[in-house]
Amino acid sequence: MTLAFAAGGVYEAFVPILEVWYWLLALLYQLTGLDLINPEYTFMYRAILVGLCVGVIAPLIGTFLVHRQLALIGDALAHTAFAGVAVGLFLNAVLELSVSPYLTAVVVAVIAALLIELISEATDAYNDVSMAIVLSTGFALGTVLISLNAGGLAVGINQYLFGNLSTVSAENAVIMLGLFSVIVATVALTRNQLLYVTFDETAAAVAGIPVAWYNRIMVMLTALVVVGAMQIMGVILVAAMLVVPVAGATQVSRSFSESLLVSIVLAELAVLLGIGISYYAGATAGGVIVLVAVGIYVLSVLAGKVRQTGAPDEARELDSISQD
Amino acid sequence: MKMTTRSSHRDGADEATIESNESRLSVVELADVSFGYTSTPVVEDISVSIDAGEYVAVVGPNGSGKSTLMQLLLGLLEPDSGTAELFGVDATAFDDGARVGYVAQRAGTSREMPITVREVVKMGRFPHVGFGRLSAADWRIVDRAIDTVGMSAFADRRITQLSGGQRQRAFIARALAGEADLLVLDEPTVGVDTESVDAFYGLLESLHDNGITVLLIEHDLQAVIEHADRVICLNREIYFDGPSAEFTDSAALARAFGTGAQTLTGGNR
Repeated sequence: MTLAFAAGGVYEAFVPILEVWYWLLALLYQLTGLDLINPEYTFMYRAILVGLCVGVIAPLIGTFLVHRQLALIGDALAHTAFAGVAVGLFLNAVLELSVSPYLTAVVVAVIAALLIELISEATDAYNDVSMAIVLSTGFALGTVLISLNAGGLAVGINQYLFGNLSTVSAENAVIMLGLFSVIVATVALTRNQLLYVTFDETAAAVAGIPVAWYNRIMVMLTALVVVGAMQIMGVILVAAMLVVPVAGATQVSRSFSESLLVSIVLAELAVLLGIGISYYAGATAGGVIVLVAVGIYVLSVLAGKVRQTGAPDEARELDSISQD
Repeated sequence: MKMTTRSSHRDGADEATIESNESRLSVVELADVSFGYTSTPVVEDISVSIDAGEYVAVVGPNGSGKSTLMQLLLGLLEPDSGTAELFGVDATAFDDGARVGYVAQRAGTSREMPITVREVVKMGRFPHVGFGRLSAADWRIVDRAIDTVGMSAFADRRITQLSGGQRQRAFIARALAGEADLLVLDEPTVGVDTESVDAFYGLLESLHDNGITVLLIEHDLQAVIEHADRVICLNREIYFDGPSAEFTDSAALARAFGTGAQTLTGGNR
């Protein structure tokens, strides 16, 4: 009861932001006449808002994951989030509740994230096997729950698997705003520690940073990103947004802070272009966004190569060791 | 205060007690420490005391427990028996991370992380600033540390673009930026070219001259004998603990490494 009241309070707090967003896009429509942001299609307003949030939080967390060579953890958690969606749909059908499947997905994905972390702590390594086990268990649980009550549950499951712009409700947009706030605030607060643990775990431990706790924070944040991004990306493609923009930014950035910024810019570019193309072409947004992101990645690789070949003197200089 | 080792297995160390300054403080204190990842101990009955200002090298063949010993004294592992203290505090509970600088074996890694030398060295200030931002004074310390290791010209270069020797100097700068009292280096010159190794040891020498305690885990016996004041030879147990000049003539060298080792170090001349 208290939880429901608190959730209601959080929802009310974010509604004004949603209204300001509607007003801004309506104004932009008046100025540009873009059909994509026609006020008659407010679902697109919410989809764009969710997409823009994904464009920030996915590379923000992905940057830390990719550089710890944990790119696949997002995929594992996305599949467990699918189990969470199935749990939510199952509970709603059996107990006649009206809980958002995204909220149950958050709970299940966070539990799975901690499970992966605990397995890795117990075995002293993140390994493919533990991730594969968690991934398949999550997906298997999801499919079993769906098949148990196939009549009602099979309907609408595609939106979770592949994402759907038109099904982003006001409630789901508010959930995303909540997730966005938690993720950005946590990274802003713990950026020093996350960077140290990402770059050199042993040195971070020697420096007194409780590495295990920050690893847990990181996988839990990943779970939140995955659930948030699932709405438009779908379970199958959500991990791409954690990895592809970061891989592109790594090619062209000269520093870590620059790579964070560039990865967000590349992700936003992919999201906006992807949503635009999918709207006018009538294609699935998640797939188009990923294809655009991969296209941007290829361009980034080429730009990186051009930069390298343009600076041969620098490479030679670095080969010689200065003696002090 | 007299600094002694208390291992019952060392060779030549009884005569090798080192007179040290009365005012010196114990930085590392291991007493009867044993540890094993399984029921077989990796290190056994180790007692070592290292005072502030010493330059100590730990040597031993592959699998001798050098890195485990390092992790025990840094509090990254908890002893199965015995006690490990860092700056007078139980090592696993030690939380003043700024006092210890750690340099790992880095050369040859192929990490693609786009991070500059300055961003790496900046991490040395993290134990001081916690969740906050670096102040102008912190940045001045960072730049001074980079300058001390002679890397100012490379401060904004990506660390992955540097040679092994330059990279290790950046990691030392990180320790300096933290204003560490103890510098722990785990085989820092693996994969580093000879020319850079000499420059690297020159830097360690000057830091030691400025009062920093240096604990070096090293595979290169010749380098150890040339640069460190004191050698601890480990092969599960301590075989030798004493002045490096005495190490080459000790029976411990042959016991720990085999008879060929004395040729490698130019011992028994």
